[in-house]
Amino acid sequence: MAMSHTSKNRLCNLPPGTVITGKWHGRSYRLLRRLGSGANGVVYLAENGRTRVAVKLSDDYASLASEMNILRRFAKVQGAALGPSLLEADDWQSPFARETIPFYVMEYIEGENFAAFIRRRGKEWAPVLVMQLLSVLDRLHQEGWVFGDLKPDNLIVTGSPPSVRLLDVGGTTLQGRAVKEFTELYDRGYWGLGSRKAEPSYDLFAAAMVMISSCCPGPIEKKGDGRAQLLSIIETDRFLTRYKEVLQKALDGRYRKAADMRRDLLAASSRHTSAENERKAVPSRRSGRQVKRRRQARGIVETVVIAAALLGAYAFYIYWQLAM
Amino acid sequence: MRKGTLRQILLITDGCSNHGEDPAAMAALAREQGITVNVIGILDQGAMDENGRREIEAIAAAGGGMSQVVYAKQLSQTVQMVTRQAMTQTLQGLVNRELKQIFGSDVSLEDLPPDKRGQVMEVVDELGETVALDVLILIDTSGSMKTKLPTVKEALIDLSLSLNARMGENRFSVFIFPGKRAHAEKMIDWTPRIEELSTIFPKLASGGLTPTGPALREAIAYFERKRSLRSWIGDGDEPYIEESSL
Repeated sequence: MAMSHTSKNRLCNLPPGTVITGKWHGRSYRLLRRLGSGANGVVYLAENGRTRVAVKLSDDYASLASEMNILRRFAKVQGAALGPSLLEADDWQSPFARETIPFYVMEYIEGENFAAFIRRRGKEWAPVLVMQLLSVLDRLHQEGWVFGDLKPDNLIVTGSPPSVRLLDVGGTTLQGRAVKEFTELYDRGYWGLGSRKAEPSYDLFAAAMVMISSCCPGPIEKKGDGRAQLLSIIETDRFLTRYKEVLQKALDGRYRKAADMRRDLLAASSRHTSAENERKAVPSRRSGRQVKRRRQARGIVETVVIAAALLGAYAFYIYWQLAM
Repeated sequence: MRKGTLRQILLITDGCSNHGEDPAAMAALAREQGITVNVIGILDQGAMDENGRREIEAIAAAGGGMSQVVYAKQLSQTVQMVTRQAMTQTLQGLVNRELKQIFGSDVSLEDLPPDKRGQVMEVVDELGETVALDVLILIDTSGSMKTKLPTVKEALIDLSLSLNARMGENRFSVFIFPGKRAHAEKMIDWTPRIEELSTIFPKLASGGLTPTGPALREAIAYFERKRSLRSWIGDGDEPYIEESSL
């Protein structure tokens, strides 16, 4: 274990310019920079001639071979890009290890991290991207798979118009089996809300968590009753509240199909967009709560309360406008 | 291919043994009997002392398993990962031996062309999903481990959640050491549901003894006892052992 730890460290810190040559096919790849590292390997941006590719290196032959199996299967699915396409697999006789280091080469998907994209472009992108994600998941589920390790880090937003793609297929599992890899925060087992059996509802829980975590500013950590905690996060966030029904249903595992969740998410989004427009047209509607208070308040207190409430409502309105 | 049972001992401790046989020797003994020994070291903060770390690595190496030193917070994820990886490793070993029989020479996964490895891994993945698994969990409850026991319990429940999602059968048994009368004391007999662990670990006299080696020896004996009993009943549930052919 200690040995593999140091070799992993070395794999993670290969200097740019390192050339990796395959011993079976003889092709060379010059590393440009590290794109990311996970539980079972590290991915570099590299070039072969003028082509830019992503190269995944690992010291674990087994998990790398499993991943390649999934990428190959994905390649056979027509009409939908489920993951990056696999280009080549080979072994590298590295200068620092006695054994060879296995790697595979895949398509380089240029884009922005999911969470970063939402932070930069605004929360209103979250439901849009999650809807796209649900379409991809639906396809994946139809093929008999479950993505498993679904989280913002494994999603990339690419191109214009922005579209979401799945990245790391290490957790992808045949339906009915035990989910191979997962991340606590996005795992329904961790939250006490279901098993780790690979079924579509497992991914849909994670999809709801992706939406929650990307709209929630602080880090989320489980304390006590997981379900109550997640629901309170949704209820206290003005944006997430609009999608409460859909999110709650997904968290409870009540969606059987990604397409159903997508449909409800779409309905909730359009409902709120139209409600928003109405509200903009008739701003006086918003003071419903204040009317009650006015009746109870008297004299100066009344004036102060109204002034404060109106000011608050106005600030709220401005913020609303900006946030939207 | 004959269906068998993978057998593992999962040792959870936070330091060095100080009583009885060398735990690494006992782990080697376990391995001889087809039992893999995995070790997880738990830290409060800072680093584990060098001796403790070395012992943990030595036990796992001798027991043909994996070792990992983690902070209590990461325990759940580590326990399930180590168990799964050790399963894969054992199965891969078995499949490698099978390859050797087919090709005659020393062929392992690494020697195959990358494109062929996938086919082997499909077999390993399939086995990992369907094979029966017996895990004997051996928990150090001496001294400073006491404060970590609630976390250990949580991690074990999480482990059963992960393993019970598999298609294959699982059985867990929990022992703590040092025990009241013996070196190791049985808390839970073989059961598929570790949730039974609702009983709180009893208070134990902390005499400063950490008999890791003797506890391992008793764990091995318990495996054997179960086996002889089962063969008596006539259950043909043979464990995978070193020489077994698939």
